[in-house]
Amino acid sequence: MIPEIGHFALILALLLALVQGIPPLIGAHRGNATLMAVARPAAQGQFLFVAIAYGCLAYSFLVNDFSVANVARNSFSQLPPVYRFAASWGSHEGSILLWALILALWTTAVTIWSRHLPEDMSARVIGVMGLVSFGFLLFILVASNPFVRLSPAPMDGSDLNPLLQDPGMVFHPPMLYMGYVGFSVAFAFAIAALLSGKMDVAWARWSRPWTAVAWVFLSIGITGGSWWAYNELGWGGWWFWDPTENASFMPWLAGTALLHSLVATEKRGAFKNWTVLLAILAFSMSLVGTFLVRSGVLSSVHAFATDPTRGIFMLAFLGVVIGGSLALFAFRAAKMPTGGSFTWFSRESLLLANNVVLVAALGAVLLGTLYPLFMDALGMGKISVGPPYFNSVFVPLITPLLFLMGVGPLARWKQASLPAMAKQLRVALAIAATTGVLVSLASGSFKPMVGFGVALAVWIVVTIYLGFAQRLKYIGGPTLPALLKIPRGFWGMQMAHLGLAWVVAGITLVSGLETERNVKMNIGDTTHLAGYDFTFQGVSPHEGPNYRAASGNVEVAAGGKQLFVLHPQKRIYNASGMPMTEAAIDYGFTRDVYVALGDELDNGAWTVRVFHKPFINWLWIGGLFLALGGVLAASDRRYRIALRAAEAPAVAPQGAQA
Amino acid sequence: MKSRNKKLLAIGLAVVGLAIVAALVLNAFRNNLVFFFTPTQVANGDAPKDRAFRIGGLVVAGTIKRSADGMNAIFVVTDTAKTMPVSYSVKDNGPLPDLFKEGKGMVAEGKLGANGVFAATQVLTKHDENYMPPEAASAIAQAQKAQTLVK
Amino acid sequence: MKRWIPLLIFVALAGFLYVGLHRDPREVPSPFIGKPAPAFTLPVVGQPGMTFSPADNKGKVWLLNVWAPWCVSCRQEHPVLMQLAQAGIVPIVGLNWKDKDREAEALLARLGSPYTAVADDVSGQTGIDYGVTGTPETYVIDKNGIIRMKHIGIINEEAWQTKFVPLLKELNQ
Repeated sequence: MIPEIGHFALILALLLALVQGIPPLIGAHRGNATLMAVARPAAQGQFLFVAIAYGCLAYSFLVNDFSVANVARNSFSQLPPVYRFAASWGSHEGSILLWALILALWTTAVTIWSRHLPEDMSARVIGVMGLVSFGFLLFILVASNPFVRLSPAPMDGSDLNPLLQDPGMVFHPPMLYMGYVGFSVAFAFAIAALLSGKMDVAWARWSRPWTAVAWVFLSIGITGGSWWAYNELGWGGWWFWDPTENASFMPWLAGTALLHSLVATEKRGAFKNWTVLLAILAFSMSLVGTFLVRSGVLSSVHAFATDPTRGIFMLAFLGVVIGGSLALFAFRAAKMPTGGSFTWFSRESLLLANNVVLVAALGAVLLGTLYPLFMDALGMGKISVGPPYFNSVFVPLITPLLFLMGVGPLARWKQASLPAMAKQLRVALAIAATTGVLVSLASGSFKPMVGFGVALAVWIVVTIYLGFAQRLKYIGGPTLPALLKIPRGFWGMQMAHLGLAWVVAGITLVSGLETERNVKMNIGDTTHLAGYDFTFQGVSPHEGPNYRAASGNVEVAAGGKQLFVLHPQKRIYNASGMPMTEAAIDYGFTRDVYVALGDELDNGAWTVRVFHKPFINWLWIGGLFLALGGVLAASDRRYRIALRAAEAPAVAPQGAQA
Repeated sequence: MKSRNKKLLAIGLAVVGLAIVAALVLNAFRNNLVFFFTPTQVANGDAPKDRAFRIGGLVVAGTIKRSADGMNAIFVVTDTAKTMPVSYSVKDNGPLPDLFKEGKGMVAEGKLGANGVFAATQVLTKHDENYMPPEAASAIAQAQKAQTLVK
Repeated sequence: MKRWIPLLIFVALAGFLYVGLHRDPREVPSPFIGKPAPAFTLPVVGQPGMTFSPADNKGKVWLLNVWAPWCVSCRQEHPVLMQLAQAGIVPIVGLNWKDKDREAEALLARLGSPYTAVADDVSGQTGIDYGVTGTPETYVIDKNGIIRMKHIGIINEEAWQTKFVPLLKELNQ
């Protein structure tokens, strides 16, 4: 009964999405207030029904209703409840429903916080989002229904893929989707601006907080995904340039470019068309990413659905949404006036350089991801494009960007003085270079790349300091009240830049300094790595809720002092019989110690893999700072003032109606 | 700056950017593309001698042999037409994946040694036990097609 | 003019994606179509001492359905096969693929068996000889023991009507 309610709720949601899409857009075009007023209630209703549908699916998973095919395929009676819940988005069908739910959630957020917008603008934005919702809900009902029943019902399910049974899996897909789908708001604003022809500065101001929030979620999602890969895939890596990772990274690059371009558009009225195009690009990349991962067109860790019908439907949907909006752009963009003037060395030109680099990097990643597909489609053989390609393209592209990151925030709008800035930045450059040399010397054997990466990170940190110093000089010196007067937008930017510097330092340090050893260990054997002694004390059996495991006992000591015992596991999952390596990690601010079991040999001996990973946690700490910066920027006072100012008159008639 | 100059600046930046990206991408592609060959193609001498490539197929049952210290493994891969011996150093490259088993599909990346043994540096299996990596499936299908043509 | 560039790039991209979709690695045409079904002799599930070999069905048009107790899609396909078996349209032989946990017999006892016989391919070797890439897959084998068609995935109503019915009619003439 519950799955049928869910199915029915989806059908109602589909109809409401249509109501949310069509009348408000017509109303906005004709200036008909009645039709425009349909947008908000329809969107909220749509959210309600999608939420009911999702609730029904989650309920079916929680109560182990294996008569639902999706539950039977992706869950198992012995699966712990939290993973049963997570399994509801672990499957193809469930993940697309989650997409639709989150889209409806963002739309509802727009209905609540858009009262300060002109009525036709908000009607268009909500309408566009309604049409996107309609496409997704139609896809779910036609090609990807999660509520299909099995008759007779199997006794038990075939379990969630053990790889997905990790705490990281509980929060990282929803975060990623919040980010992906969040770019739909900026997209809808861009389309609304194109439709109305009103590409004023206000448009950029309205989009900015939404874009920032979506970007925050995406940043957290990517960081979480990397953390999941590090903990769960058992290879000690944290980024594999896997198509799925690229699928989340490409919208992030586009979104980052959009965030910066929006600044120039809002503050100076510059790059209006470009900003619109980036807003379309960011959401398009989200859709393309979903398509790549979910259509099975590229083989990857996550492509568990290979179903051409779904692929064709999704591709058609992509064609309509992306093709349609780019065509609209081609027709309407020319009509919009271009903004203020600036010189070749100014905040604007530096932001433009940032955008060019980010979009170029995005193009290189997209090309690398799709290249095997191109070759295959042209019948030129099967190839794979691995991390070496991405590293050798991405690193040289991003390096100048990191350098510019130190310059950009200090440059003035319109026209900056190169000699003055060179003088200002001389000290920063000297500090960065010195630190780089010292670090690369201190790292044992001379490692230029480590020094260079650290120098870039230090460069950014010093310029952040200079940025605050410059700011404080204008508002009365380095005092606490002055510091508090600095708007949150500025804090947010610097915090995000600091986060990125932290990530860069972490990446270069761990890539350059990590050490690894694979050895056969008899019971009682000791191996040494990076000053640690690892003693293998055999394995003991361990019973998990839905798996059996051989749990290793590895004592770790340093300088003759026992530090801790790690328990890496080799699991066999009961339902699928799938083996899984579960690494054991001792986390630390300056290093991780990572132990994984390989294969069992004779007499209780095992092959054991040990890693010493210096500073790896800086990646994730930096990622969180990046996200925190986005939160600060989105919560800047001026957005709230704009909201409150507009809300006051808007709320009164609402109350009167009620 | 006049808007015409600004436009020139934008176009100039874009062109320079594109040129750099194109150069980087082409260079990276030239050095880092990994082609895929089936054991039959390798047996026919189609595979490069000095360059890394990938092979795919099934691990022949009963062929996985490990050295006593577990640090080296050798096994035979087949596309059902031809077979190909593969060696893999656990010491240098880490343990074999969990789903690496006899009779299962896998893909290996490495170089062909002078002795005709494929020295793998990476072994990949799909993360789902019941399906083969698409490349392995395609290798087998190709070999079977060739076989039926011969008969 | 230049405002059309993004659209043109996208159209080219979409074209490639479209072609890519049709190159589903799992939908490789089976090289066995029109060739004799590979021979095998395997024990029959639930009938100790009995064996099955494709030669036993010489002179009949029959289906070889590759399935496994651990396969959820097969469970989904099961009722369709039951209907076909009850209607007596065509004999269906099961190939119990890689059933390491030995669950097939109990499962068929519980759900009912659509098969005239179930050959037990524990090692999976027969499946490999037939080029099985996943379960379920179904082969149509004619009176002379020639494979006439291979269907990948679940047999649903539509696949049955469009792919199987015309072929079976032709073969049975």
